[in-house]
Parts: sequence; C-alpha cells; structure tokens
Amino acid sequence: MKVLTGIMQELWGLFVEDGSYAVAIAVWLAIVGFGLSRLSLDSLKGPILFCGLAIVLLENVRRSAIKKNG
Amino acid sequence: MIDWAHAWPSVLASFLASVVEFVEALTIILAVGTVRGWRPALIGAGIGFLLLTVSVILFGPLLQRVPLASLQIVAGVLLLFFGMRWLRKAILRSAGVLKMHDEEAIYEEEVEELAQGAKPKKGRLDMVAVATTFKAVVIEGLEVVFIVIATGAVGHMIVPASIGAAAAGLVVILLGLAIHKPLSRVPENTLKFVVGLLLSSFGVFWLGEGLGFPWPGEDISLLVILMAFIAVSWSGVGLARAARRLA
Repeated sequence: MKVLTGIMQELWGLFVEDGSYAVAIAVWLAIVGFGLSRLSLDSLKGPILFCGLAIVLLENVRRSAIKKNG
Repeated sequence: MIDWAHAWPSVLASFLASVVEFVEALTIILAVGTVRGWRPALIGAGIGFLLLTVSVILFGPLLQRVPLASLQIVAGVLLLFFGMRWLRKAILRSAGVLKMHDEEAIYEEEVEELAQGAKPKKGRLDMVAVATTFKAVVIEGLEVVFIVIATGAVGHMIVPASIGAAAAGLVVILLGLAIHKPLSRVPENTLKFVVGLLLSSFGVFWLGEGLGFPWPGEDISLLVILMAFIAVSWSGVGLARAARRLA
C-alpha cells in the first residue's frame, strides 16, 4: 500500500511541482480552450497560446528566484 | 505508413527524455543491488518491467479508438504540464537558483538509506530491496511510456518514438553493465533542459492542432515554437539571475 501511495504521489509530481505554476498554466489553457478558440483570430491563435505560456514561465521563474533568495 | 523524414523530432525527444529516466532508474537499481544484493534488486525491477509491459499491451490499442483531435488536446495539455515543469526547473538550475541534479550524490544517499534499513531474515527475500527497485522501474518506466505516447501517438509516430526510447534503454543498460556505477557523466541537467524545450514545443503544437488553430507553415512551425522556447528560456535564465541579485 505504501509503495502504491508513493507511486501515486510521484506520478502527481510528474505534472505538478509548484502549485501556483500548475494553476497558472491550467488557467491559461482554459482561457485558450474556451475563449480564444471562439474568436476569429485564426493565424494569431497559436502565437497567442505560446505567448501566454511564455509569460507564465517567465513570471514564475522570476518569483521563484526572488523567493529562494529572500 | 511512417514518414521517416518527419519522424526525427519524435525519435529525438523520446530518446533524450528516456535516457534521463533510464539513468535515474539505473542509479536506484545499482544502489539496491550493491547494498542489498542483486537478486532482490533484479526481481523488483523485473516485476516492475512486467507490469509496465502488460499495461502497455492491454491499454495501448485503446489509443487508436480515441478521436485524433481529442488525442491531440490531451497529449498537448499533458506535455505542457510535464515539459514546462522540466523547463522551469532547468532554467532555475542554470541560473543557480536550484542545485544541479547530481546522480552520484543521489546514489550515495540511496546507498546510505538502504544500508540503514532492516535486513531480512536468512533465506527470506529482501522485500525492501524488491519494493525499491519495483517502484523505481514503475515510476521511471511510466514516464517513458507517457513520453512515447505523448510524442508519438499523434501522426502515427508511435513506432519511431518507441525506437527512440528502446535505443535509450539499450544504451543506458549497456553503459550500466560496463561501468557498474551511476552514470554521473551523462549531462543530465543539459539533457533535461533540451527535453523540457522539446516536450513543451510538442505540447503547444499538438494543443493548437487539437483546437483547430491554423499553424503558419504547418509542421515547420514546430521548429519555430522550439526556437521561441529557446529564446524565452534564455531570457528566463537572465531574469532569474537578475532577480537573485536584486533580492
């Protein structure tokens, strides 16, 4: 049982390590999935998806560096 | 029919990511084998491998029944969570915010922990050793299976992605047999950075495809996304270093 619980925890950890980072990615993907898909921006949709993720990544990296040093 | 000219991103992503996972599993198996004996270490690893193989045989064919768009969306989302987690960690490690991954140190830690654990009675199987290698093989193996599915399930690339993973497994096992030590010379931090970049790029591309976003240049845009992620990550390393100095 302990081994199974350990495996489940590790599997969860494969996708989620920093809670706020995972939530930010999930929120952005939900916005893209439910909102952006309905707009008629066509060739801009892909780059917008990427830019949102890039902002989430950079902001998290900046905050993590401050937190670790603070 | 497999289009081998377009298969290299799947083969490369799968090979590099699998090398990382196999190296991590090998470190634990070596530690268990050295401290608690090779028999229980290999039994645990064998049971883990068997469980994974049976799961792939049972559930693998189900993937073909999932509609392509749904598969692209699910694979894209999972790849993004998985890949961007690696990318974040790689950026923070490169910036000196997090400690570098050290396979030698992990091996020593594992050896110390296993040496302190209760030993089995004479003639009985060492269940601590069996459970440790079983867990390692199942976890790292599931990651390999996930990577193969996520990079290969879309566009009939399962075979090339599986070849990449199998080649990685073979290379790591042969190296492990040859040197009997953790593969600390494998540039794991660099590999993780590259894999994070590749998996995140695949994630954006598949998710966009699944949602019906038209990618300019179609498959070529995967390369453009990869370049953009490299540029963002490079900025991320600089940003983290600057934030560290200012904090």
